[in-house]
Amino acid sequence: MKLRVDNVSKWFGPPGQAKLVLDQLSFSVNDGVFVALVGRSGSGKSTLLRLIAGLEQPSSGQVLLDGQPVQEPGPDRGMVFQKYSLYPWLSAAENVAFGMRLQGRNKAEIRERTAYFLDVVGLDRAGGLMPRQLSGGMQQRVAIARALAAEPKVLLLDEPFGALDIQIRESMQLFLYQLWERTGLSAVLITHDLEEALLLAQTVHILAPSPGRIMRSVKMQLDRSDFQGLRLSRDFLDLREDLANGLRHLDSDAGLQ
Amino acid sequence: MAVTVLLWGALTSTATVDPLFLPSPGAVVQAGVLQTQQGMLWRDLTASVGRVFAGFGLSAAMALPLGMAMGTSVVICRLLEPLMGLIRYMPAPAFIPLLIIYFGLGELPKVLLIFIGTLFFNTLMIMDAVKFVPSELIETTRTLGGNQSQLLTRVIAPCIAPQVLDAYRINMAAAWNLVIVAELVAANEGLGKRISLAQRFLRTDEIFLGLIVIGLIGLLIDLGFRQLMRRSCAWAN
Repeated sequence: MKLRVDNVSKWFGPPGQAKLVLDQLSFSVNDGVFVALVGRSGSGKSTLLRLIAGLEQPSSGQVLLDGQPVQEPGPDRGMVFQKYSLYPWLSAAENVAFGMRLQGRNKAEIRERTAYFLDVVGLDRAGGLMPRQLSGGMQQRVAIARALAAEPKVLLLDEPFGALDIQIRESMQLFLYQLWERTGLSAVLITHDLEEALLLAQTVHILAPSPGRIMRSVKMQLDRSDFQGLRLSRDFLDLREDLANGLRHLDSDAGLQ
Repeated sequence: MAVTVLLWGALTSTATVDPLFLPSPGAVVQAGVLQTQQGMLWRDLTASVGRVFAGFGLSAAMALPLGMAMGTSVVICRLLEPLMGLIRYMPAPAFIPLLIIYFGLGELPKVLLIFIGTLFFNTLMIMDAVKFVPSELIETTRTLGGNQSQLLTRVIAPCIAPQVLDAYRINMAAAWNLVIVAELVAANEGLGKRISLAQRFLRTDEIFLGLIVIGLIGLLIDLGFRQLMRRSCAWAN
């Protein structure tokens, strides 16, 4: 799997008054790599993810998945939204099975894979519950399981923990890291939370706003054996402070305009 | 409810009100027993209910695909909404003379009146329900590889089911109004027809009987829809 965002620009609005949201962005995601894009609001980060998902089309440039240009949404790019997106009339297990049903897989396979992915996200006992009976964190786990069960080549995460309380967010970050470690999935995470990006990703791109463009890219090899301790380690805090400074400069630049 | 009946009984038994204006509960029950024995009540009831079910069933069956098409396609919506918005404001009973000229005095014009009088409300309410389907659900389905027909049948349809049932429940009341209006104008049997005949012979007790029966049936249908909703859309409660 190789995902390549190639010189992508995106304009929004009617011709004449169109606003540039993304300005000639390029980066790639290699197989099994977790990439995070960090930016404030107005950096076009959600738009970028929607372009990769195929929910929007770039104004220029292209998104390539294994060399093929992305033209529409498809199950090879699983997406998890910030807002809870479970089908409220289906149980957790039926939600996980939904994508596989759309693909027309056979029943035995669906049952087996549903049980497997519910287990992967730690909800093997909650399959029969309805979405409204699940907490926010559990709902997002089901959404992740549903995306994974459709066998995507890359998982797209649009602020998946943005609506969760801080404690739950921290445990979900650990969950996502362990999931990545266990399944070796390729992922693109969009977040405004620098710490979250640094904790989870091997490559972090910092986006500058208006128009969105990559300001800085960092590749890291952090020792994540003590995941919760990592947040407080010297190296981690230095790196975070350094990048946060860059983001603050952006804000003050914007303030001068 | 019980208080109303008691009050009604007290008022009529003290003979302060002319029975022509307000018959006693006993007289109404008597009229009911008599009409039941003669088989009239049952005939009227089935005639009226049959018209409502035929007209409203037709309207409900057509409103569903129409409303879903208008809710999902901007083009279809722009094409039909202005027209529907206009016709919606024309009172359905105003169509009666036209329907009689076109289709005579049989069953068809009555069924069509109910159809016309409820189609646009049903359609527009279903359209609105479709427009309020969360975009996350639609986009999730597309990223899971769902095509347009899967989106319609497996996501939009179940998602709007509670609102559709509710729209039907509310607009059913309009269908009842219309069947009575149609029967007042021209019919051989039906609850509305019975009321207008009773008026001619100053049988207030029969008018009251008709009104009560109409109210009870409406209530039953309403309860039926609520039950159906509770059973089939438990997730939405």
